[in-house]
Amino acid sequence: MTATIVEKIFSRKCGSDIRAGEVVMAPLDGAMIHDITGPLAIQKFYEMGGKKVFDPKRIIMLFDHQIPADSIEAANNHVYMRKFAAEQDIHNYDINEGVCHQVTLEKGRAAPGEIVVGADSHTCMYGATGAFATGIGSTDMGFALKFGSLYFKVPETIRAEVSGRFPKRVGAKDLILSIAADIGADGATYKAIEFTGKTVRKLDMPGRMTLCNMAIEMGGKAGIVAPDKITWEYMKGRRKMKPFELDSDEDAKFAEKRSYDVSDLEPQVAVPHNVDTGVPISKVEGTHIDQVFIGSCTNGRFEDLAEVAEVLGKKKFNPKIRVLIIPASRDEYLKTLKAGLIEKFVKAGALVEAPCCGPCMGGSFGLIAPGEVSLSTSNRNFKGRQGSTDGKVYLCSPATAAASAITGEITDPREV
Amino acid sequence: MMAAKKTVPVKKVVIRAAPAMKNMRVWKFGDDIDTDAIIPGRFLTINNPDELAKHAFEGTRDEFAKKVKEGDVIVGGRNFGCGSSREHAPLALMGAGVKVVVARSFARIFFRNSINVGLLPVVCPQADKIADGERITLNIRDGCIEADGKKYPIEPVPVFMQGIIDAGGLVEYAKSLKEVPACTR
Repeated sequence: MTATIVEKIFSRKCGSDIRAGEVVMAPLDGAMIHDITGPLAIQKFYEMGGKKVFDPKRIIMLFDHQIPADSIEAANNHVYMRKFAAEQDIHNYDINEGVCHQVTLEKGRAAPGEIVVGADSHTCMYGATGAFATGIGSTDMGFALKFGSLYFKVPETIRAEVSGRFPKRVGAKDLILSIAADIGADGATYKAIEFTGKTVRKLDMPGRMTLCNMAIEMGGKAGIVAPDKITWEYMKGRRKMKPFELDSDEDAKFAEKRSYDVSDLEPQVAVPHNVDTGVPISKVEGTHIDQVFIGSCTNGRFEDLAEVAEVLGKKKFNPKIRVLIIPASRDEYLKTLKAGLIEKFVKAGALVEAPCCGPCMGGSFGLIAPGEVSLSTSNRNFKGRQGSTDGKVYLCSPATAAASAITGEITDPREV
Repeated sequence: MMAAKKTVPVKKVVIRAAPAMKNMRVWKFGDDIDTDAIIPGRFLTINNPDELAKHAFEGTRDEFAKKVKEGDVIVGGRNFGCGSSREHAPLALMGAGVKVVVARSFARIFFRNSINVGLLPVVCPQADKIADGERITLNIRDGCIEADGKKYPIEPVPVFMQGIIDAGGLVEYAKSLKEVPACTR
């Protein structure tokens, strides 16, 4: 009997053949909570009569959305979670490590074949390792913390096969923005998106993370890349695991198959106020911008920042706009620092902040005023996402963000 | 699986637990209403539904929080509740007195969160035909929404979620469980 990678993950966990459409109470390998959705999840855990969490070692806790605490309310939420961590013997990364999804992967808390949930919609990013990972709400998380299991409707899979070589200054973000425009904001609702094909097999882990991160922007329950040499290399030192085979059967039953060729892909920009609005950069070149945000779980890794530095070269950022650069985690920050890039960014006029979500969720700092325009490497451009509902957010790759930060308007990175 | 033993013929029973909800005033919204619109990120330090309700749709439809009344209903288009997993979104609506959200389709996490917290999401493929300010009735027995003398069919809730709806949400459902046997289907 053939199966998709997602069906195989559920079947392996439960020791019996499970197929898409079935509802199963699946055991969890990990559960992630952060400072925004965590307090409610803990509250629900107690309301359900929870006394001890199912396994403190499988719970990932950290603060990233409002750090260091930007209000007394945020500080209070942090205190509440710290207390829970101490009471339950959960290791809390607190405000020290960075954006939850990046940290979860760096610390090896999600691995090939595992089922991991997170009280955050971009949890689907862990699929970059070949895990089945999905975002859930706080009540589901309360249930997960108590029982260590959660009911899932095993999703069908859309197989996205990617071929071709990326042109210069075009990469994973441009690809996923073009896939989102193709599939649409609800085109993958209740489905998993499996990224495969020669281009994906050559793609590094940061690129795979960018792809899987944005599966939710198409309504996807999960994004996933079958583990290969690159995955197992990444897992080394993070998790003691013996590599094993895990991939969809070629003749498995897919919801649909779509193919993409990146050979002629142009840099993509998603225009306000939806993510599935990606257009080739030529359509929006010259658009006025007030702020550039380079960071987030989507594109705040060392490789992203290295590309920003490459595009920047010896130039300066345009002093008429604000340029915010926020590495996704402490590890990524340190790599960037050691490579001398932080100094380069600061000298070029950027404001470099400590690892956190930054303006991505519009709940903390770096907000935009009515009428202002943000160009961002993050994942959402909904109305009001980064501040005023009368502001605008455009989404793009790190290369496009860098080129635009130099000129002060949306600019093709191939021309800088 | 949650409600496997209590098998229910899906076509006959649409939403068993919901009481008849009559004459609900409609707040009409369009497609792709995201959870940032329902409750902006800057209010997520709040966990109390009544407090959250004061900021529901702030910046996108300011009159909502001021004028919404107990028992009003939200009617959306496609992909209602897309984006963030924040449960503050269904909680803000509940705090505003809304008990039912009708839409052509829902984003997955919002749909599940709503059922978990006791807000009833109702899929109505013809929701677009319902107008803002109209009064509608959710007719559970006939599986339809009645608006202006017309009937629009609604889709059944997935059987496995019925047990949670019947219990009044996942918290109450979970209280009834001592343990959860993993891998039950």
